[in-house]
Amino acid sequence: MPIQVLMPALSPTMEKGNLAKWLKKEGETIKSGDVIAEIETDKATMEVEATDEGTLGKILIPEGTADVAVNTPIATILADGESAADLSKAPAPAAKSAESAPPAAAKAEAPAPKAAPAPQAVAEPDPEVPAGTEMVTQTIREALRDAMAEEMRRDPDVFVMGEEVAEYQGAYKVTQGLLQEFGPKRVIDTPITEHGFAGVGVGAAMTGLKPIVEFMTFNFAMQAIDQIINSAAKTLYMSGGQMGCSIVFRGPNGAAARVAAQHSQDYSAWYSNIPGLKVVAPFSAADYKGLLKAAIRDPNPVIFLENEVLYGHSGEVPKLDDFVIPIGKARIVRSGSHVTLISWSNGMTYALKAADELAKEGIEAEVIDLRTLRPMDTETIINSVKKTGRAVTVEEGWAQSGVGAEIAARIMENAFDYLDAPVTRVSGKDVPMPYAANLEKLALPSAAEVVEAAKAVCYR
Amino acid sequence: MAAPKKAAAGAVQDKTDGASPPEFTKEQELKALREMLLIRRFEEKAGQLYGMGAIGGFCHLYIGQEAVVVGMQMALKEGDQVITGYRDHGHMLATGMDANGVMAELTGRRGGYSKGKGGSMHMFSKEKHFYGGHGIVGAQVSLGTGLAFANHYRGNGNVSVTYFGDGAANQGQVYESFNMAELWKLPVIYVIENNRYAMGTSVSRASAQQDFSKRGASFNIPGKQVDGMDVRAVKAAGEEAAEWCRAGKGPYILEMQTYRYRGHSMSDPAKYRTREEVEKVRHDQDPIEQVRNRLLAAKVSEADLKAIDAEVRDIVNASADFAQHDPEPDAAELWTDVYR
Repeated sequence: MPIQVLMPALSPTMEKGNLAKWLKKEGETIKSGDVIAEIETDKATMEVEATDEGTLGKILIPEGTADVAVNTPIATILADGESAADLSKAPAPAAKSAESAPPAAAKAEAPAPKAAPAPQAVAEPDPEVPAGTEMVTQTIREALRDAMAEEMRRDPDVFVMGEEVAEYQGAYKVTQGLLQEFGPKRVIDTPITEHGFAGVGVGAAMTGLKPIVEFMTFNFAMQAIDQIINSAAKTLYMSGGQMGCSIVFRGPNGAAARVAAQHSQDYSAWYSNIPGLKVVAPFSAADYKGLLKAAIRDPNPVIFLENEVLYGHSGEVPKLDDFVIPIGKARIVRSGSHVTLISWSNGMTYALKAADELAKEGIEAEVIDLRTLRPMDTETIINSVKKTGRAVTVEEGWAQSGVGAEIAARIMENAFDYLDAPVTRVSGKDVPMPYAANLEKLALPSAAEVVEAAKAVCYR
Repeated sequence: MAAPKKAAAGAVQDKTDGASPPEFTKEQELKALREMLLIRRFEEKAGQLYGMGAIGGFCHLYIGQEAVVVGMQMALKEGDQVITGYRDHGHMLATGMDANGVMAELTGRRGGYSKGKGGSMHMFSKEKHFYGGHGIVGAQVSLGTGLAFANHYRGNGNVSVTYFGDGAANQGQVYESFNMAELWKLPVIYVIENNRYAMGTSVSRASAQQDFSKRGASFNIPGKQVDGMDVRAVKAAGEEAAEWCRAGKGPYILEMQTYRYRGHSMSDPAKYRTREEVEKVRHDQDPIEQVRNRLLAAKVSEADLKAIDAEVRDIVNASADFAQHDPEPDAAELWTDVYR
């Protein structure tokens, strides 16, 4: 029976890719290990190797096709003795891809991506963007890169250091192209030595340079957390204001997909506990850009928490010469009068989906994207809660001593008399992140849990 | 090094090449004497004030190790940075920081270098290129490597002098820093002040490789053992290392063999060593007595030396007076300097 070659997943978060090139033609003999095609993702171009032997029977997805979902059959390989006539016997695609993949024999057209993009549609205009501003659609990955490039052009004291940021073009391709533009003096590949290079960055910052220190993930920054907290955050105070440190620590934070307990932790609460640090965790592409530029200019140490799942998501970014969003201001991205949903970073995905669902049931949720966790924009939260009388916090991190717990305390301290129901938290479950797909899904918050919590505080 | 350090029978061994260091001019000897005396008298006074309760918390005295910072400072040029751990009073005075400001910080007063918010372990001076004053053992090594990174980035020809002890030399980030410093050829002199005890643990009980000058060997960083009780030897080694760094050849390690006379901190009864061991070093190798004896042999009068001593005592007494009368920080200072 002919063997199907499926679109491979080349990273934990890849959902689709472009079929850039076929290196074998129909009818050519294929040995196991031969490179048969090239696949492009937003991070990299990768080669597809054959794992079976035979003859390339039929190419199902022609080269140049964009957005081919993972697990879509892209070709069939005929074993010895089989002919093109046997092609109809190819098995149906695996169950997982069956919904999204076109029938094997269908004329190839770009299949729909497996997962819908995160909801980015916002009801409220961004007050930071002047009306009538031209917008460009960018991925968050590109928005981050542009923010760094613009700041590096503006200030020769800004440089980037981290693992694989230069020649490899970034482990997640966030620093793509920076080495080419700024050279190895300002885009610096470090050894795998988080504790050491975090300290080197802080030392350089104490002299007035402005390092952007990339952690491949904030999970690895636990090795460096002494330098971040004891050296970066406290020096200004310990020196009586004489010596501070303008530095950005950035990288993906929280869960990606199927990378298990040691690579999935959300550090929002950890860093937001520390006076001396500013902590930023944006959700939209525009906020990623405007807030990273602000973080680089800030004279204090800034923890810039990104999310790997969001890197490939696109959004509208204002086409302005210098688009900077002030740190410390939350944004109401959807207004409503019945309940306030408060979140940040990827937690917004659940909050916005839940708001859509709630609207269908007649509950109008106001959704606040905190964007900055420290200093926290308490005023925006309190004003909203005074209006709605109800609040639900949404975070991927753990509930105990979490950011949601802090928000709940502030609401109680500042708007107790306005509350019509206890503040409720939706959070990551109180377990290390499991690997199994079903368990991982259970461990993370969901839109359904947010809907349930919102209805509960509305006594519905 | 053939024998482990514990075979030294109490003496701080000179494992340098045996040749006498270059002689100092009379002016250099007098300068070294004055600087070392200032540190010694300052630390003695700090010890007294601690005993009176005027200084709180931790207080780590530098008595016995004075030749290290004074000799190194004589080898530096304007703009070279200094960074160290928490036994830092001597380093600050050697860089020229004001005794009043240091002592007032020890007593937690508003005229202290950190407005009273740092204390004994955390003082800084941008003007004197002193970058602290760090309380986490070994953390200053990565930071000092970062200072050297900045010198390299700016191409300013300056050197970072990064001090740490024999205890810190066993921290992991030290070797992460060594690797990057050599990889990127950063101008940093790692000065390992081997005073033979990491708190109460002797070098022989804590270190597999007791020759600290070899600690950079696997990174190809050159190193040298130096008689850290002889200010002339320190200066000569410092100059050699600084020249190496300024020539773009990367980092250099100096193991300063020295000794602290006092306990690890004021609250350390120092039961881990004998009184005789301490007395022997004081008697045979004291860095200040060495200079004083050479000056007397060179016919400098006892009266001239006494005048230096008197001048230093005046500075120290004035600093103690200032530090006890300067007001505490205003309560509003609690909330300042968290962000800028």
